[in-house]
Amino acid sequence: MTLISEQQLPSIIKRLAHQILETYPGLTNAVIVGLQPRGVYLSDRIVAALHQELSADQIQYGKLDITFYRDDIRRELHLATQTDLPFSIEGKTVILIDDVLFTGRTIRAALDALLAFGRPSKVALCVLVDRKPSRELPIQPDFTGKEMVDISPYKVKVRWKENDGVDDVILLDQ
Amino acid sequence: MALSTKHLLGIKDLTTEDIQLILSTAGQFKEVLQRPVKKVPTLRDVTIVNLFYENSTRTRISFELAERRLSADTVNFTVSNSSAAKGETLLDTVNNILSMKVDMVVMRHSASGAPHYLAKHIDAAIINAGDGINEHPTQALLDAFSMQEKLGKLAGLKVAIIGDIMHSRVALSNIYLLKKMGAEVMVSGPPTLIPKYLQEAMDISVEYNIDKALAWCDVANVLRIQLERQNQPLFSSLREYNLAYGITKNRLNKLNKEILIMHPGPINRGVELDSEVADSGQSIILDQVENGVAVRMACLYLLTGRTNPA
Repeated sequence: MTLISEQQLPSIIKRLAHQILETYPGLTNAVIVGLQPRGVYLSDRIVAALHQELSADQIQYGKLDITFYRDDIRRELHLATQTDLPFSIEGKTVILIDDVLFTGRTIRAALDALLAFGRPSKVALCVLVDRKPSRELPIQPDFTGKEMVDISPYKVKVRWKENDGVDDVILLDQ
Repeated sequence: MALSTKHLLGIKDLTTEDIQLILSTAGQFKEVLQRPVKKVPTLRDVTIVNLFYENSTRTRISFELAERRLSADTVNFTVSNSSAAKGETLLDTVNNILSMKVDMVVMRHSASGAPHYLAKHIDAAIINAGDGINEHPTQALLDAFSMQEKLGKLAGLKVAIIGDIMHSRVALSNIYLLKKMGAEVMVSGPPTLIPKYLQEAMDISVEYNIDKALAWCDVANVLRIQLERQNQPLFSSLREYNLAYGITKNRLNKLNKEILIMHPGPINRGVELDSEVADSGQSIILDQVENGVAVRMACLYLLTGRTNPA
């Protein structure tokens, strides 16, 4: 079942970029951080949309891997990917970007990981799909592509052209 | 993807995929160690005992730092102030420690094969931090990481391992690793310090002339003369060793290229390596020490991922 079609995705990404700019005009004192590995596909697109509105020197964009901050190492071994934060986050607003917000545990780990780089004045969260009823921690997004009602037996799969050959969001039987 | 082995006993048991996984994970940890906060909570609730039956400064501190950077709980054991000095057997000592709920054992022992013996009898994961004259796998991994970092690859690299090959676990682990990763290996040193059948057994070349070995290689990994492991004279004097096999500025100046100089430490300055060379720009000895922490973090992390949930 398709949640977001290939036709809908570009306008959602454009909307998220505009909402971020509306809240943080010119991205003054704000930075974008995509979560590795799959949040980066979304943050790449949002950053590309931001480039339409802003000059390159107004956008500070980094990537964060949270593998070493997970709370489930004994259940499953995850392999780390690259962290690349080529700027200071001290005193800045950090806009975290991930594809799906599910239990909230990834974002919990991301907050810990982020604090190893300094003390941001504020952290905001932008996601493509918010599976609100499945939350296990008190974490909410600030910018949401699409909010889902209860779809508990299904898995949300976000597919990206770069990796999966197609741009869409589908529901899979588990 | 995970390691093919539960323990890290030697490079001999690792696949090339295991080695690549450890080296790439070490790269991620090296980035962690550049952060303002160098500690990650990854091994919270994992308890590690450092069991050192033989003296060590660098390796023990490096493992301890790696464990602490990963937030593991650590216990240190040195044989001089323990019950082992009263005659307790190795297995009894370890079983007593493990009954206090320890997940992993980092072990150095003067007997070759001691960690392999232990691995057969206990459940905890074991990391060999050097056993006798057999292997020192984390040293070979950090050497490989350092070479790859400086030169961009391992495959096709020409590495000369120079000095006391006979008594060196560093040499054996390095030979295993470099061969698995497609590098060319040559050993060089006095004939009395090179095992007789090494060339055939390991498919490497042997060169007794140090100047020819240096002219051949991209990297010279210079080993320590291990006087404590020699119970018979294998060369006439340290001064003569330096004249015949020591890496001096003079020897390196004769080459028409700049080779990388490595040493696992501790250095006998003026014996196998002159100070001028050890402290020069082509020496990566301190990079090796720095990389050791990241490489050991990678080993601890990847092995913990294989322990069962408590």
